Amino acid sequence: MVERVAQREARKKTKTSFIDCDIHNIVPSVDVLEPYLPARWRKHVETFGMRQHHGFASGIPYPKASPGGGSRVDAWPPSGLPPGADLDFMREQHLDVQNIEYGILNCLYPKVGELLNEELGAALARATNDWQIVEWLEKEPRLRASIVVPYENAEFSAAEIDRVADHPGFVQVVLLPRTKEPLGKRRYWKIYEAAERHGLPIGIHFAGLGGNPITSSGWPSFYIEDHTVMAQAFQSQVISLVYEGIFERFPDLRVVLMEGGFAWLPSLMWRLDKHWKRLREEVPFLKRPPSEYIRKHMWATTQPMEEPTNPKHLLQVIEHLGSDDMLMFSTDYPHWDYDNPDRAFPVRLPDALKRKIFSENARALYRFEGETRVSG
Amino acid sequence: MIRESASSTGQGHDKGVLIDCDVHNALPSIEVLYPHLSDHWRDYIVERGVGNLEPNYYPAGAPLSARPGAVPPSGGPPGSDLDLLRGQLLDSWDVEYAILNCLYGVQLVHNEDWAAAMARAVNDWQVAEWLDKEPRLRASIVVPTQNPEMAAEEIERLGDHPGFVQALLLVRTEMPLGKRHYWPIYEAAERHNLVIGIHAGGSPGNPITPVGWPSHYLEDYVSLAQAFQSQLVSLVSEGVFAKFPGLRAVLIEGGFTWLPSLMWRFDKNWKGLRGEVAWVDRLPSEIIHEHVRLTIQPVDEPPNQEYLLQTMEQIGSEEMLLFSTDYPHWHFDEREDALPVELPPELERKILVENARALYGI
Amino acid sequence: MAKHVVAKTDEIPLGGRKIVEVAGRSSGVFNVGGEFFALLNYCPHEGGPLCEGVLSGLVRSRIPGEYTYVRRGEIIRCPWHQWEFDVRTGQSWFDPAKTRTRSYEAAVEPGSVLSESERELAGAGLEKGPFSVETYPVSVDEQYVVLET
Repeated sequence: MVERVAQREARKKTKTSFIDCDIHNIVPSVDVLEPYLPARWRKHVETFGMRQHHGFASGIPYPKASPGGGSRVDAWPPSGLPPGADLDFMREQHLDVQNIEYGILNCLYPKVGELLNEELGAALARATNDWQIVEWLEKEPRLRASIVVPYENAEFSAAEIDRVADHPGFVQVVLLPRTKEPLGKRRYWKIYEAAERHGLPIGIHFAGLGGNPITSSGWPSFYIEDHTVMAQAFQSQVISLVYEGIFERFPDLRVVLMEGGFAWLPSLMWRLDKHWKRLREEVPFLKRPPSEYIRKHMWATTQPMEEPTNPKHLLQVIEHLGSDDMLMFSTDYPHWDYDNPDRAFPVRLPDALKRKIFSENARALYRFEGETRVSG
Repeated sequence: MIRESASSTGQGHDKGVLIDCDVHNALPSIEVLYPHLSDHWRDYIVERGVGNLEPNYYPAGAPLSARPGAVPPSGGPPGSDLDLLRGQLLDSWDVEYAILNCLYGVQLVHNEDWAAAMARAVNDWQVAEWLDKEPRLRASIVVPTQNPEMAAEEIERLGDHPGFVQALLLVRTEMPLGKRHYWPIYEAAERHNLVIGIHAGGSPGNPITPVGWPSHYLEDYVSLAQAFQSQLVSLVSEGVFAKFPGLRAVLIEGGFTWLPSLMWRFDKNWKGLRGEVAWVDRLPSEIIHEHVRLTIQPVDEPPNQEYLLQTMEQIGSEEMLLFSTDYPHWHFDEREDALPVELPPELERKILVENARALYGI
Repeated sequence: MAKHVVAKTDEIPLGGRKIVEVAGRSSGVFNVGGEFFALLNYCPHEGGPLCEGVLSGLVRSRIPGEYTYVRRGEIIRCPWHQWEFDVRTGQSWFDPAKTRTRSYEAAVEPGSVLSESERELAGAGLEKGPFSVETYPVSVDEQYVVLET
């Protein structure tokens, strides 16, 4: 195979392998789920479609930066499949070139958690997870995956986690951040109970339209707003998970914030701590300051990398986190806001910190080798 | 640090040490509006048992709602007693000016005509009971945001009154504040050289977070920072400052330590997504530096001063922060905790006085 | 300065492009209204293959709601983060002074003006092995796009 100069140069630079905590595989069409999806639901999708919280037959209200669900323009496989649907091309363009030790797949399509019909969502979740096992996990030893669940129904979600969690390829459960209610609310607790029981982190990944306007003041006009204010959805979820006492109730639960940014996390920790001090009698079940729960129970992937005007400020923000163990590198391949591992950080990181971010923090959190999942 | 002594400028004892950009005056009861309402609206209120339009943004018993000593002995709500305000703040803190933000909930009702009448009455009451009685006070025009045209009319009515320096909007609105729906307000404010003050609060019916309704007041209050962020993104993305280049906005009682990270994310996205909002013709952070200010309370301070200083530096401008106490809300215990960081004197003076003077022209 | 023959003019139609390798680096050659331009195929942001992006126009506006669409086909958007670059100059749109990619002088020359040795050594296309350079056959009667590095 003829190589492009750019690819050779890329491999030369990336000498060390790393763990990519966010790669996207997608189901290119419901047809590929045929071996895994009962005929009753295939027929349902053909007849009634997959109805979500918007009015489009197949589009979305905020057109993304590019086609293919917002993919890199150069990530369309020659096979004709959409970006993220072709394992061979993913190997060629990403896994091999970047020298990836492990990659964690987060499958965002079909959007099983956003379907108005929760039973359809559950059926599609089962089918997608089975498809992930056969078409991805069993074919590519470097890949791991998140269990997709219809998170607006905690019982269905818990059942699905119980069904597949023992497969060593699954290292996480994935939800989206724009939910019907704040994720700390009781209706979601069974998901956390199941995840904790199986020793799996909950990953919350950027995307979606969950039924509420995407800001507390309604619907903005532009995609740049949709993308930028997704960070506020993440922040709202952190607030809820902490103040609802999720980490007291599920002391072994770990949560990963994926693709929401991380530079806002210190100021949010400070704000949560400050007002908890004054108003703590409303949440008497919290035994510690919020920032302690966050440092102990939460992680964040690095993409989209923060780009302060002065790159040194990024090092300040990482210090402000108060923990070197929280950040984990991710590329978000094949999406448009992808981070190139060689170029993403605008400053040079101290070696020990760099190793943590590019490998060790993820290795400590996720069971890549199918180790026995023990709570805690 | 806020110094206890008198004016540090040596310019004489008639100039105070600071300008407080967020103080809350409250109605002792709805009856104080009767002299300022028509018979029709007065009877409407009484006959329907309205009670009052007090919002729930500060539950009466919650510690944050009132600092010790702020509940008037006369029996009204905190902030309803001018003498107590003088004693607890204007005199004891050596305040040169204080900007009043009256949060009476005229924006909460759905009847636009009634909302407009109540807004007019509240503003007339502010003139009579506050501005006319205390020369150190300035105030915000309360407007019925439910109907931007009517809101603009109220700005027209009072925009030239020297006591009003600002039009008051709330951070939680029916739709994002940048949307053209609200532009009549900005047009009127710009024409009258009034600042747009966007204050914590508001409850127009949308879920109060982007992910639904939270269980606790604590979540509600903390989530205001997220509301401020998406409103700021809206104002810039929709080109409000392109359309109204003379307009300036203040974000009041949302904190400020979240600002650098928001600007970085917004700038990064703009570089690639600029084409959809082509009237945003430079980095969003540049627009924000030029057109937006923030009051400092609550100072969501980090565990050490160095981090706070770094965060302030990350903002990238010394002109943006405005001192506030947020009286009577309780965010700090000792006076020096109002601005809990040792600053170079010049920067401190900007935050305490000069930035507000430049913004409000006072 | 070396000259590299990178394409026959009729290989790159109006609005088209060709990705070539010149002096060990990937470049994109564009035909904009019959003129040829060449840019380094490398985005200064994070190193994406700039020349593989979308060729588009520029939306300009002074006032919200007004859309002036100009220079259609002359603006290349990086396939990753969509930064806009002027194909003619390599300058980024949002920061022309400090953010740019390298642009090369591109000329159209008939094969007849290239010397014998230049015609033999002219290289373009993809490297197949560590040492060999694929030569590009040049005929004196045809028109070629020639880059100078």
